[in-house]
Amino acid sequence: MNDRKERVALLRKRAEEKILILDGAMGTMIQKHKLTEEDYRGERFADWKQDVKGNNDLLSLTRPDIIKDIHLQYIAAGADLQGTNTFSATTIAQADYGMEHLAYEINFESAKIARQACDEWEAAHPGDVRFVNGAIGPTNRTASISPDVNNPGFRAITFDQLKDAYKEAAKGLLDGGADALLVETIFDTLNAKAALYAIDEVLEERGEDVPVLISGTITDASGRTLSGQTTEAFYNSVRHAKPFSIGLNCALGAAQLRPYVQELSRIAECRVSVYPNAGLPNEFGEYDQTDAEMAALVKEWAETGMVNLLGGCCGTTPPHIKAIADAVANAKPRTLPKIEPRMRLSGLEPFDAA
Amino acid sequence: MTDISRFINIGERTNVAGSIKFKKLIVDEDYDAAVEIARQQVENGAQIIDINMDDAMLDAETAMVKFINLIAAEPDIARVPIMVDSSKWNVIEAGLKCLQGKGIVNSISLKEGDEPFIAQAKKLRRYGAAVVVMAFDEKGQADTVDRKFEICKRSYDVLVQKVGFPPEDIIFDPNIFAVATGIEEHDNYAVDFIEACKLIKANLPYAKISGGVSNVSFSFRGNNPVREAMHSVFLYHAVKAGLDMGIVNAGQLVVYEEIPAELRERVEDVILNRRSDATDRLLEVAEKYKGTGGPEKKIDLEWRKKPVNERLAHALVNGIAEFVEEDTEEARQQADKPLHVIEGPLMDGMNIVGDLFGAGKMFLPQVVKSARVMKKAVAYLIPFIEEEKDGVRETNGKILLATVKGDVHDIGKNIVGVVLQCNNFEVLDLGVMVPTQKIIETAKAENVDMIGLSGLITPSLEEMTYVAAEMEREGLDIPLLIGGATTSKVHTAVKIAPNYNRSVVYVIDASRAVGVASQLVSETHRERFAAEIRNEYIAMAEKHAAQQLQKKRFALADARANKVQLDWDAYDVPVPAKPGITVFEEFDLEELVARFDWKPFFETWELHGRFPDILKDEKVGETARSLYEDAQAMLKRIVAEKWFKPRAVVGIWPANSVGDDIEVTPAPDQNEPVMLRTLRQQMYRENNKRPNRALADYIAPKESGKTDYIGGFVVTAGPQVEEIASKLEAEHDDYNAILVKALGDRFAEAFAERMHEKVRKELWAYAKDESLGNDELIAEGYRGIRPAPGYPACPEHTEKRTLWSLLDAEKNVGVSLTESCAMTPASSVSGFYFAHPEAKYFGLGKIERDQVESYAERKGMTMAEAERWLAPNLNYDPRQAS
Repeated sequence: MNDRKERVALLRKRAEEKILILDGAMGTMIQKHKLTEEDYRGERFADWKQDVKGNNDLLSLTRPDIIKDIHLQYIAAGADLQGTNTFSATTIAQADYGMEHLAYEINFESAKIARQACDEWEAAHPGDVRFVNGAIGPTNRTASISPDVNNPGFRAITFDQLKDAYKEAAKGLLDGGADALLVETIFDTLNAKAALYAIDEVLEERGEDVPVLISGTITDASGRTLSGQTTEAFYNSVRHAKPFSIGLNCALGAAQLRPYVQELSRIAECRVSVYPNAGLPNEFGEYDQTDAEMAALVKEWAETGMVNLLGGCCGTTPPHIKAIADAVANAKPRTLPKIEPRMRLSGLEPFDAA
Repeated sequence: MTDISRFINIGERTNVAGSIKFKKLIVDEDYDAAVEIARQQVENGAQIIDINMDDAMLDAETAMVKFINLIAAEPDIARVPIMVDSSKWNVIEAGLKCLQGKGIVNSISLKEGDEPFIAQAKKLRRYGAAVVVMAFDEKGQADTVDRKFEICKRSYDVLVQKVGFPPEDIIFDPNIFAVATGIEEHDNYAVDFIEACKLIKANLPYAKISGGVSNVSFSFRGNNPVREAMHSVFLYHAVKAGLDMGIVNAGQLVVYEEIPAELRERVEDVILNRRSDATDRLLEVAEKYKGTGGPEKKIDLEWRKKPVNERLAHALVNGIAEFVEEDTEEARQQADKPLHVIEGPLMDGMNIVGDLFGAGKMFLPQVVKSARVMKKAVAYLIPFIEEEKDGVRETNGKILLATVKGDVHDIGKNIVGVVLQCNNFEVLDLGVMVPTQKIIETAKAENVDMIGLSGLITPSLEEMTYVAAEMEREGLDIPLLIGGATTSKVHTAVKIAPNYNRSVVYVIDASRAVGVASQLVSETHRERFAAEIRNEYIAMAEKHAAQQLQKKRFALADARANKVQLDWDAYDVPVPAKPGITVFEEFDLEELVARFDWKPFFETWELHGRFPDILKDEKVGETARSLYEDAQAMLKRIVAEKWFKPRAVVGIWPANSVGDDIEVTPAPDQNEPVMLRTLRQQMYRENNKRPNRALADYIAPKESGKTDYIGGFVVTAGPQVEEIASKLEAEHDDYNAILVKALGDRFAEAFAERMHEKVRKELWAYAKDESLGNDELIAEGYRGIRPAPGYPACPEHTEKRTLWSLLDAEKNVGVSLTESCAMTPASSVSGFYFAHPEAKYFGLGKIERDQVESYAERKGMTMAEAERWLAPNLNYDPRQAS
C-alpha cells in the first residue's frame, strides 16, 4: 500500500476493530549491540569534533541496518505501529552533539528506514500492512520550567524556538514516509503545545490529514507531569489538537500507571494509548518486569475496556510486545464516549466550566 | 443569591487597569509583591485569574511574559487557568506562548472586520485557548440588545463555520455599561445586557457569557455600599439570564437577600429600568447607605456575663453562633497558642455535646447546630494557627467520606460528617458522585484511618461493591464503613464484605457512626471489634445463602399465567382531558407547603414518630419543636423570597400492554411506539391465591381492542436547593445546609403529590370530584398509583431513561440522570401514573434467571448489564453458572 491517505484510512479502520499495538523500546534494543564510539561515527563522521556515542538517532545515518533490524523484530512481534528512531532528532536536542544541522536528515532517514521495514514485511506477508509512527520527543529543554532555581522567571527555551524545531522534525518525518506523528514523553505540556502548533501548521501547508498521537509522562506517584499538571489538566491542555489518541508512556510501569489510564479513559473523547516501562528500574537501573508480568497487567485494562493502543517504553523488548499483542488479540478496543461539549480549561489542575 | 454559586468569578486584582496597587508594583518592577497579589486572589476563591498589563507606562509584552513565567513557578497560583487580557494582539500571543494550561484570551472582536478576526481566531485554536469575543464591530461597540445579539451571532457563525472554532470555547462579552448616569439613553443599558444574555443562551449553543460587572455602577464611584448592592442586583438578574462568569471582586459581593429592602428596591428599579425617576430615587437614599455596616447587634443575654470558657461551652451546647468569633478571639488572647483554644475550651464544650448526645440528651439537629458553632470558631483560628505553625491538632482519627459515583444524595452523609467532627474526628468529605479512583487516591495520599461510603439509590450498592473490590486490589489496609438509605447489614455482609479483606462495617445511622469509628481507631478494642463484626457478617452471609436455596419461585411462564385478572370488557377507559405533555414552571411554593408530609422530614434527623405527635413527645419533643420552628422560619423565607423554582412535567399518552411490556404512543404523529418494560413477581403462590403482579397488568392489553392510557411525571424543587446548600456549607453552616436540603426534598415530594392530584382531577380528570384532606392524600386514599422507577414495583432504574425521553425531562424541567440513573438535582421525584381503580403498589421481590434473560432481551441489554441493574432483585448468584 503506497499511498499515505489509504494507509491512514486503514489505520483508522483497524483502530475500530482491535487494540492497536505500538512497538517497544528502541534504546534498550540498541544497547544490546554494545556499540562503540566508532560504530556511532561510521565513516561519515569519523572526524567529528566531539564524542557522539549515545546519540542513538544518529545511527539512522551511520548504522541503518541495526535500526531496520529492530523494526523488523517488533513487526514480527505484532506491532502495528513502528516508532521512528527520532526521539532526540530535533535541532534543540542534537545541539548537544553539535549536529543540529542534521535534524531534518535524521528524521527523514529514520522514517524511511521504518517505512522500508514495514514495506518489506508487507511484501512478504501480502495484506498485512504496518504503519510508521513518526516520533517527536520532548527535547531536553522545558518551556515552562526555569532551569535556574534562583531565577524562576527564566526560560532556557521559548515556544517559538521549539515550534521551529518541531516543524523541521515533522517535515522530515512526513517526507520520509511517516503515516502518523507521535508527540511523546511529554513532561512539559508547553513543549507539547508548541509541537502540536507546529504540526498543525505543517499539515495545513501540505494539505494533509495525518493522525496525531499524544503521549504524556506522569513522573511519579504524585500523578502529575514534571511541569506539575494532573492527568486531566494535561488532557484539557492538548485536546484542541483533536488527537487520534491521548495516552501515557515512560517513567512508570503498568501497575503504577493504572489510575491515570483509568482517568484518561473516563475523560478522553479520543482513543487512549499506553506504553509503560517494563516496571520500575531495579537498584542497577535495569528493568526486569517479564513479558508475561507486563502482559497480565495491561490485559486487565483491555478487558475492562480502558484502552485503544498498547505498547512498551523503556526496558521493553520484542518478547514483551509479542506477549502484549497475544494477550489482547481478542479484546475489544475501548469505545469512544460521547461527551457533552463544555469549556474545559486548565492550569496545573483542570477547570470545568460546566 | 441562588444562581450566583454557579457563577465563575475571575480575579481582577492582577490587572493594571483595574488595580492601582498592582500597576504600581509592576511599574516599580516589584514582581515578588505582584505575585503575592495573584496568590491572594486564588486563595480568596478566584477560579480564573485575569492578567492585564496594558498601560502607557509599561512594555506590556515584556511585563506579561515575565509575570506569567513567574507565577508558573508557584503551584498554588498556577493551578488555576489564566485569562490573558490585552487589547494588543502581540501581548496576547506572547502570553499564550507561556501557558502550558488551557487559558482564555480576552479579547478579540469584529472591530476591524472579518479578516483579522478570522486570522486571530485560527491562531487561538492552534494555541488551544478559549476566547472572549466583545460585542464590537466595524460600526462600534454594541449598546442595544439587538446590536449586541446581532454582533455576537455574526461572530459565532464566523468562528464556528469558517474557523472551526469549538463553540464551547467561545465566551461573549456583550458590554456592560454604566446606568444611572443621568443620561436617559443609558437607562436601559443593564436591561439590554440582560436581554442579550437570554438571546445568546437561546440561540448560540454552548457559548458562554462574561462581563465586567463593576462598569454598571460607575456613576456611584465613592459609594461602595451602593455600588456593591448594584453589582449584586445586577448579577442576580444577569446570572439568571445566562451570565456565566465575570471579572468581579467576589469577596466584596453582598448577598442579594441581605441588601436592605429599601435600597434593594431602588437599585432594582435602576437596573431593570422600571421607572423614569429611578435614578433620582436611588440618589435620594444613596447617601444614607454610604458607610453602613451589617445588621445591629442584639442585646446581651445573661450568659454573656460568664467567663469566656463557659460562654464558649454555652454557645456550643446551645448552638449559638452569634458571638462565637469575639469569644474565640478573647480566648485566643488568653491562651499561649491559638491551638490551645481548640484543644482547651472548644473541645471541652464539644465533649459536653458528645456526652449529651451519647446519653440521648441531645439530638441530631442540636448537634449539627453545635458543629456549626465549632466550625466557625475553628475557621476563625486557622489563620492564627498557620501563622504560628505550631504543629498538628490531635484528633481521634481521619475519616474520608464520599457519596459514590453516579449518586447525588448526601444529606445523611453530611450529618454523619458533622457528628464525627463533633467527636473530634477529622473528616475529609469528597462530596457526591466521587469516582472510586479518587476515593482510593485520596485515602492513600491523606493517610486516612477509614473510608465511609454513602449512597441512596440501588445502583450505588453495586458501586460500593466495586469500591470495596478496588480497595482490595490496591492493597488498602483500613476499615470501610457503609451507610445510606438503601444499604443494609445483609447487603453489606453478603455483597460488599466478601470483596475486601479488611473490616467492612454497616452503619445504620449517624448516631452509630461515632461508636463504630471510635472502636475502629481504638488501639485496645480494634482487633476484637473487627473480628466480631467479621464473624457476624460471615454467619449472616451463610444464613442468607441457605435461605436463598429454600425460597421457591415460579417459572416465568407460570408467573405470567397467574397475572392480575381484570375485566377489560367491562372497563370504561377514562380519556384524559388533556393528553400529551404539560409543563409547569415556577410552581407556587405556598401551595406546596400545605402538602408537606412532615414525618420523613423528622426521620432525616433521626427523630422517629408520628407527626404532629412528635412535637409533644416526652423525650424528643423539645428538639423536634425547635427543629420545626427553624424549618418554618426557613420555609417562610423560601416562600417569600422565592428561593426555589419548582418545575414539573407531566405526560399522558395512549398505551396498551403487550405481555409484560407497555406500548406507549408518545404523540399522534409518531408511529414508532415507545416500550416500557415491566417486571413480574415470581414468588411462589400457594394455589395461585394471590396474583403475580406486574405493572403492565393495569393497562388494557392490546387484544382487548381498547385504547388505554398511561402517564408519567418528573417534578423538581429546582437546582437552587443544592446551590443554597453549598453556599451555606461554604459559610460553615452545615445545620442550615442540611435543613435546606431536607426541605427541598419535602417540596419535591409534596409537588409530586400535588401533581398527581392535578392529574386525577384536571389533566386526566378521571376523579374530578375527589375531595381529600392532606392526611388522606398522604395515606394514598385515592384512585390510581404513581410508582417510581427504582422503587419496589419497578426497581430497575434505567426505565427512567425511557420516561425521560417521553417527557423530554431534561429540557422541560432541567432534571438529568447520572450514569446510575440518579436524578440531579437530587430534590426531584419521578414516576408513572396508572389510573385503573384496581392498580396497587407492590414489591417485585426476587426474580429468577429466566425473567432476567427475557428482560435483557426486551431491553436490548447484555445479560451482565441486566444483572447489574437488577442486582438487588436477583434470586440467584450471577457468578454461578445456570
